[in-house]
Amino acid sequence: MKYVLQRLAFYAVTAWAAITINFLIPRLMPGDPVEALMSRYQGQLDTSAIASLKALFGLDENKSLWAQYTDYWSHLLDGDLGLSFTFFPTPVGEVISQALPWTLALVGITTLISFLLGTGIGVYSGWRRGSWLDGLLPVTTFISSVPYFWLGLIAISVFAVKWPLFPFEGGYDNSLVPAFDWPFISSALYHGVLPGVTIVLSAIAGWILGMRNMMVTVSSEDYVMVAQAKGLSERRVMFAYAARNAVLPSISAFALSLGFIVSGTLLVEMVFNYPGIGFQLLQAVGAKDYPLMQGVFLVITLSVLAANLLADMAYAFLDPRTRKEA
Amino acid sequence: MSVAATDTAVLDDVPAPAATGRGDRFRFLRGGKTRTGLLILAFFALIAVIGPWIAPYDPDAMSDQLLQAPSADHWFGTTHTGQDVLSQILVGTRGVLLVGFIAGFLATVLSVLIGVTAGFLGGAADEVLSLFSNVFLVIPGLPLIIIIASFVEDTTDLLIAAVIALTSWAWGSRVLRAQTLSLRRRDYVEAARATGESTWRIILFEVMPNLTAVIASGFVGTVIFAILSEITLAFIGVADISHWNWGTVLFWAQSNQALAQGAWWWFVPAGLCIALLGTALSLINFGIDEFVNPRLRTATGSSKKVTMRVGFTPVARTAAPTTTPDPSTPPTPEPPGETRDTGTTGENSETSKEPSV
Repeated sequence: MKYVLQRLAFYAVTAWAAITINFLIPRLMPGDPVEALMSRYQGQLDTSAIASLKALFGLDENKSLWAQYTDYWSHLLDGDLGLSFTFFPTPVGEVISQALPWTLALVGITTLISFLLGTGIGVYSGWRRGSWLDGLLPVTTFISSVPYFWLGLIAISVFAVKWPLFPFEGGYDNSLVPAFDWPFISSALYHGVLPGVTIVLSAIAGWILGMRNMMVTVSSEDYVMVAQAKGLSERRVMFAYAARNAVLPSISAFALSLGFIVSGTLLVEMVFNYPGIGFQLLQAVGAKDYPLMQGVFLVITLSVLAANLLADMAYAFLDPRTRKEA
Repeated sequence: MSVAATDTAVLDDVPAPAATGRGDRFRFLRGGKTRTGLLILAFFALIAVIGPWIAPYDPDAMSDQLLQAPSADHWFGTTHTGQDVLSQILVGTRGVLLVGFIAGFLATVLSVLIGVTAGFLGGAADEVLSLFSNVFLVIPGLPLIIIIASFVEDTTDLLIAAVIALTSWAWGSRVLRAQTLSLRRRDYVEAARATGESTWRIILFEVMPNLTAVIASGFVGTVIFAILSEITLAFIGVADISHWNWGTVLFWAQSNQALAQGAWWWFVPAGLCIALLGTALSLINFGIDEFVNPRLRTATGSSKKVTMRVGFTPVARTAAPTTTPDPSTPPTPEPPGETRDTGTTGENSETSKEPSV
């Protein structure tokens, strides 16, 4: 329990630092692109919107940095991330909360599939070195070297343009109203197939490889030999003795790669016009919509941080040594 | 120990194939995978240098051959304004490699400094340094790079490389820290400590050699990441699109509906180049890994000679020496763990101790 509290405090500090960096970025950059944008929308912005944009982007020249910082925090704690220029005059928070479920579902499901599948394949190919599974390694390496978005482009051109099996854009059939009913969910799943498969294909190689290499290393440890000498079944030795130890680096890599996978997902969304936050980031970049960009950035950062915390817990649960060492 | 010998070789950016004279030190270059990887990398490096001169056309020059499929005149076809795709890719190679390697080098230096120090010292120093790297770790690199790049008016290659390095060292640092953490209580480190070796000496000569593989994969991995990030930036139009790189080609292809028009030649070559370069780097990475940890070798390599079974001594099935180990190699202690198993027996059969760790 002490360990858990320690990690919690630790991640709270890290979150604070991340938010502070988010605060500093626009202030360290030369020029005032936000001011230029605001002047374009002059007259359409009400005073409170102007005030919050000024607080978020440091346009209050006459205020001290510290006063700007406290202002920034008070807006943030109210959930006020400013107004989006792309979806004027919708608040950034609202724009993001519409898109976030799509991204979370896409990232969550694909990451889970690729982690479980990749780790499983890694266990077998590391345990039975030299089997046909080794032949997969060069292929997966090649696929994982391809940028997510390019794989997405290829997937579209083959399975949506050449053979129109799947829709090439969007997250659901536009004629449907988002709701928790079967037509909508099935449509969403159908639209999610191509982006999902793209992400799984790109992400899986890393898991296979990491797990395979750890399995190979672990399978020569004394305790594996002892387990074999005891006459335990091969399955039991493989999973309960070798794989349980070999999976530790994969777990600690899980949180690390989540940031990477999220970045990849953002790109896949951009290619497929998938209604998640990646697509919104693309639109924000195109329109120089700084409030939306920063909001997306903040949300992604905090989500990844939360995932780190979860993986740390899982690691501590699986590896008692960490609990002592920490 | 042969592991220590690779240290210097691996820390260099690109292992220079010319310097193979010193026997064992560059032995890892001889694996099939590594050699393939280095060959591909050398090919792209050559293109990076001479690309602009051998490009058959000016990549910006328009012509009246609009959206042509690949032909003898235009090997990779043309764009919607009649630009030659091959020339664009040749000219764009330089920027891709430059950014990748600069960023990879900077990030590796940072990650070694911070990760190893944190893992070895432990305590308050570890907490501070870990906090520092976690801050950078949780910031997903790509969105941060996108934001910085879109705030800045003119983005140069060097700036992009620096931003990528600043946002990507934390990964390697955390892995290195974890690895160091598990090494620092090993017997041989304790022994070194007991004999009164200084902390820095222990880090440099006892711990670091055992981190070689991690450092090397970190470097190569960061180069891959940097190349992908840079191309991605160009693809979504954040980086300077007047400056050719493979991402720029894809950007124009995407924004001009190359997909819908079936102009596959416009986006396939650039993607294949990225994949080929990435694969080459990964292969080098595997080669280094396998050199440091011979156990990782697949049976397809040089090692179909000895079978290991639980409780049995390794037995050489064929007397003839393998072709790969260089006969001129000095009699380095072949790690006892070098179990060249056939793998075909399907026995789960690794019994001997890890050579170094």
